[in-house]
Amino acid sequence: MSDPHADAAVEIVDLRVSYGTQTAVDGLSLTVRAGTITALLGPNGAGKTTTIEVCEGFRRAGSGRVRVWGLDPQRDGPLLRSRVGVMLQDGGIYSGARAVPMLRHMSRFYAHPLDVADLAGRLGLDTVRATYRRMSGGEKQRLALACAIVGRPDLVFLDEPSAGMDPQTRLAAWALVEQLRTDGATVVLTTHLMDEAERLADDVAIMDRGRLVAHGTVGELCGSGESLVFRAEPGLDLAALRALLPAGSTADEVAPGRYLVAAGTAGLHAVSSWAASVGVEPRDLSTRRRTLEDVFLDLTGRELRT
Amino acid sequence: MSSSTPGGLAPHPGAAPRAQILLAQTGAEVRTSLRNGEQLLLTLVIPVVVLVALSRLPADLVGGSPVIDVVAPGVLGLAVLSTAFTGQAIGTGFERRYGVLRLLGATPLGRSGLLVAKTLGVLVVETAQVLLLVAVALALGWSPAPTWPWAVPVLVLGTATFSALGLLLAGLLRAEATLAVANALYLLLLAAGGLVLPVDRLPDVLAPVIALLPTAALGDALRAVLLDGGPVPAGAVVVLLGWGAAAGAAAVRTFRWD
Repeated sequence: MSDPHADAAVEIVDLRVSYGTQTAVDGLSLTVRAGTITALLGPNGAGKTTTIEVCEGFRRAGSGRVRVWGLDPQRDGPLLRSRVGVMLQDGGIYSGARAVPMLRHMSRFYAHPLDVADLAGRLGLDTVRATYRRMSGGEKQRLALACAIVGRPDLVFLDEPSAGMDPQTRLAAWALVEQLRTDGATVVLTTHLMDEAERLADDVAIMDRGRLVAHGTVGELCGSGESLVFRAEPGLDLAALRALLPAGSTADEVAPGRYLVAAGTAGLHAVSSWAASVGVEPRDLSTRRRTLEDVFLDLTGRELRT
Repeated sequence: MSSSTPGGLAPHPGAAPRAQILLAQTGAEVRTSLRNGEQLLLTLVIPVVVLVALSRLPADLVGGSPVIDVVAPGVLGLAVLSTAFTGQAIGTGFERRYGVLRLLGATPLGRSGLLVAKTLGVLVVETAQVLLLVAVALALGWSPAPTWPWAVPVLVLGTATFSALGLLLAGLLRAEATLAVANALYLLLLAAGGLVLPVDRLPDVLAPVIALLPTAALGDALRAVLLDGGPVPAGAVVVLLGWGAAAGAAAVRTFRWD
């Protein structure tokens, strides 16, 4: 590829944003590949919403460079507004509006909008009769999602799209987001839900305290290494087992009577020979992959955030 | 124009023609303000009730006769105050609080388009108010002076001034505070703003201050062209322009979209 940025939907270089003395985004650099779903994952206060607000043009960058489809969100707003869809974290809909009329209203801003009846039906909004202020949390979110995509944007920013959705609604929303990617749109979403990022995202950018702490595909972040877990009597001496494992492997008693061996594919053979030699019978022996949650908690810590 | 295939979500970005966007949003602004019961009370019911009630007052109290000729011009000004100032401030304040301004500002409508549509929406509602009030006043025996066409530019100037004041309020205060202040000012200015009753009918100590209010200027200008048959008073125009320019400049600096 001659130009490495030719397929970048969003390019963020060394972005810094502060609110007074508080730093919200602290030197973030991130590229969103066109045609992908990218999840900004992070605990509350990580700077996810601030980051996409700068991309949407709602907020000025303190310093650094942000380009959306190669354009400056501040200067080139009129060009970007027709091709970028936005779903805010909280509403943005008239409190007295009903679902289908609101969607129809928004569709009039665009030259080639989606078929309103079809979109409403797909998200189950066709049967919602309540005004926005009386809708359930999930109905509000579905309407906001529909408003974000009705103009057929090629880039969609979704700020915590599945907050307040019940499991069925969430599946419908996820299917819609996947369909958007299949049909060629780029999607950037923020979430603190691991399963949402793991299920939807091609790329995951993990943020913490305004910084990017990891970025890659779910596979890259979780690694290909599998772990072995088994139960046996507590307090076993693992020195002999460790001697059988390849360099870089670990074997630990993670909880009383619960053992975890991270040794790639060599682990299973080593554990069975060690167990036979010391007369231990491992129970519930299984392999498991590292999940995104493991990676996330390793990187961002386990203490509660206030 | 291509339409999407059912189920297909393929991107096909593009803004609708500007006129279509502004028309759609102006319609939404008008519907939003007429859908709201309190707003309807403020824009249509109260001015009509005030007009009818004042027309029953004795001539020496309003300072001239026929009474309807004296009070009708100020009530037209009240329509401007209710829609351009109070209604617009409250509506915009809550739209800001609920994120509507932010979201619409991110669509092809944009922030400037939203302001244009709000202005057009105010003018549409005011037109309906004026037509209704003129009909009621004529039924009560009103006969406006031959200089009446000058009332149109005066009403437009008043609309600009009170829109700037309303947007200044809505962009500065919390929505609940905007609601309280806009309603309180409406009642205060209705009673003692020199709008429906001329300044010389109000207590002498307050008169010089009240004369500098935009409500008094609007009321005086409307009475000059609709009652006295004279030219638009320059002093009133200066007061309205001054308030409008100051509020507009302040609103541009302080308005928060979120």
